[in-house]
Order: sequence, then C-alpha cells, then structure tokens
Amino acid sequence: MKSAAFEYHRATTLSDALACMARYEGQALWLAGGQSLLAMMNLRLANPPALIDIRGIEGLSDIRQSGSVVRIGALCTHQQLLTSTVIRECVPLLAQAVPHVAHLAIRNVGTIGGSLALADPAAEYPAVVQALNATLIAHGPAGERRIPVQSYFQGLYQTALQPHELLTAVEIPVAQAGDLFHFDELSRRRGDYGMVGLACASQVKSGTLRAVRLSFLAVGDGPVLATHAMQILEGQVLDESLIRQAQQALEQDLQPSADLQATAATKLHCAKVLLGRALGAWRTAS
Amino acid sequence: MSEITVNTQFTLNGVAVEQAIPVRQHLVDFLRECHDLTGSHLGCEHGVCGACQVMVDGQVVRGCLSLAVQMQGRTVDTIEGLSDRGDLTRLQQAFLEHNAFQCGFCSSGMLITALDIVRHHPQADREEIRDLISGNYCRCTGYQAIVDAIESVLQEQRVLPPQAQPSGVSS
Repeated sequence: MKSAAFEYHRATTLSDALACMARYEGQALWLAGGQSLLAMMNLRLANPPALIDIRGIEGLSDIRQSGSVVRIGALCTHQQLLTSTVIRECVPLLAQAVPHVAHLAIRNVGTIGGSLALADPAAEYPAVVQALNATLIAHGPAGERRIPVQSYFQGLYQTALQPHELLTAVEIPVAQAGDLFHFDELSRRRGDYGMVGLACASQVKSGTLRAVRLSFLAVGDGPVLATHAMQILEGQVLDESLIRQAQQALEQDLQPSADLQATAATKLHCAKVLLGRALGAWRTAS
Repeated sequence: MSEITVNTQFTLNGVAVEQAIPVRQHLVDFLRECHDLTGSHLGCEHGVCGACQVMVDGQVVRGCLSLAVQMQGRTVDTIEGLSDRGDLTRLQQAFLEHNAFQCGFCSSGMLITALDIVRHHPQADREEIRDLISGNYCRCTGYQAIVDAIESVLQEQRVLPPQAQPSGVSS
C-alpha cells in the first residue's frame, strides 16, 4: 500500500510544466489534487516515472463568466464549485452534480480538471460536460487546443488529450432563462461512486422540448448519450406516455455491464427510474 | 536504491519545518515516522476510510492522499496540534459524554471532520451531519453516538452568544 519510487517536480508556470513534461517525453503524469492518482499509486495500479505537480501554477483555478460561456480553470476544486455563485447561477446542472462528488475531505482537494482528465466512467463531471456541450481546453507544446466534448471522451479512461498536453480549463455555455436541467444519481452512500447517474439538459419553446441531451454515467466506458431517448423527446410536449416511451428507448441506448454493485438488468432498470424522475420534474416545471 | 528527496518548507502545528522529504512519502507516514505525531491513523491508504485526516490551510484533507512534499508553503494542523491549543476540547468532551469513542481508531479523523462541521456548518441538522461525516468510517458502527455528540456541540453553539462560547468552538 505504498507507492513505488518516482521523481517529483513542482511546476511554477505553465511553460515550466510543459518543458518538464517534454524532458520526460510525455511519460510523466500531471499531479493536480491527486485524489484518484495517489490512491492508484498507493495501490500500485499506476507507476509513473515522475509526477509534475501543477497546483502551484497561478491562474488555473478561476471561475469566470465571459459573454455566453463560463470558463472553469482545471485546478478548481469541487469545494470551490460547490460554493461558487457563478456556477449556481450560470451552470445549474453542475451545481446540482457537485454534492454527489466524493466526500468533504476529498472535495477540498480534488479538481474538476483531474476528474475530466482521468475520465472515470462513474464520475459525475464527464456526464455533465457532455450534457452541456462543453469545450475542453488543453495546452501543449504547440499552444492552446480547443476540443469539443463530442470528440473528447474516447473510451475507458481514454481522452483526446495527448501525452504532452495539459488540460487547463473547460468552457460551458451559460444557461438561458427557461432551460431545464436535472442531475441525479443512485449510490449506496452519498459521495460513493454511483450505480447509475443521469445529467440532462433541454431548452423549452412554447412547451416543447428542444436540443434535449441525456447523458448517463456508470453504464458504459465513459459518459453515454441516450440518443434514441433524446430523439423521442425532441420537439415534443412531455406527458406520461412520452416519458414511458423515452424510458423504453433506453433499452436500445444503454448496454450496462454488471459490476460489484448491481447486475446489468438492475442498472438498466435504475437508469429508467432516473429518467422517469428527471422528466417528471421537468413536466412539473415546464 | 536511494530515496529521491525534495527540500520542503511548511508550518506544522504552528512550528516552521524545513527538511528534505522522500517524494513518495505520504503526509501521514511523514507525520508518524519523522515527527512522532501518531494521532493521524492509517486505515486504508487509498482515501476511503478518513482515519488519516489532517487540516491543511484550515481545510480537512486526506493525509494518505497527500504527499508530504506537496505541503510546500502550507500550514498543516494535526489532531495533536489542534488538541494542544484547546480548539477541539468541547468536541472531545462531547464525544466522551455521548460514548462516541469506542475502539478509538477513527476518532482523530472523525474529530477533524467534526471540527470542520462546527466551524463551517453551524446550522447542520442530523441529516446534514450524517452527510458530512459520510467520508469517515467507524467500523465499531458507533455513528449514532458520534452524530449525537456533534449535534450537542452545534446546539450549544447556537444557544450561546459568540463571546460566551467555550474555546473549543472558536473558528
């Protein structure tokens, strides 16, 4: 339960961090909050030759609204998100999701960038940024690269980030008046990994749903968009039979695998329950 | 193979520390082995149990998921430092009164979370207390008594005006 040996560098600037990674030819790992990485290293599931500590880099933990987007620095902690007025007002879906992320002590240290870079399929933020059509921003030797969320998640713990690149921020469109959001998750104990979770967003125009996005967590290799259910809901007015049809369509959208917590059939059932709750809440609200 | 070390300066229980620390040594091993501060316990060593908790810059953190070298420039307070300065006294008394210490293994980590609740969540009800301590395991399952103890300190704190509060609940 002790980590193997590694080298350690404290980066003070972004260029310092990138130069350091270049010396390791992309083989080192970035250390942000370390709340997943250090656990994996203690268990010897990860054994990097070096860690580059980026927590001392200034300007990577701001939350800023500029025009129609909110830019969240990669080093922003879960606790910062939980207490941010900008997040509560401009990114309500994220505000709903953060209380489900880990526990007090881990929320004080863990970062949104760390979670998005790790891309754990049971994590909350990947589903949230997928539901909100966010843009991931990375810096590498060639400068800044903007990655739309559609091409960011590439499988189990796999992202579009290159070994030399550092995820520096995520940009999320500001919620508009009348937009609907819902986040919910089923877990045995608050803060534990979810059995199934759902992040969803939609616009409403004269009672009909537009641009519906349903992103499920813990049912696949990454966040999973329920495209059939989304299609059923698109342009429609919510009623009981439509909600049942959308729930039914999840059978085509989701192929969850059994894990230590539940069988595949239970997970699919839980996903339908979560969708029913979300759409029920939207029906009341719209 | 010799250990790779990095020179690190920080404040530990109010005292300046400067030393070369093995980079792979996590904070709790450093506290226990180099400073004989054995109040922070090691349970799981992968961030699940909460027995290793300490305060860093006034915030609760997992000691086993922090490298000692990451403490550069920070302020670390352990259960020993917090107790010595009387900050925890009221909570410790309440734990005794409510029989919230059983085997005692989780107590130091639990008290650090309790201190955070008393400081930052003064209005927490029982349900919120349960939520806030959900990251700390008590394998004696003495949760009821622990919630009772924390609740009693919060209730006292709400009744007493700030200047009349015992030192254990100052922030």
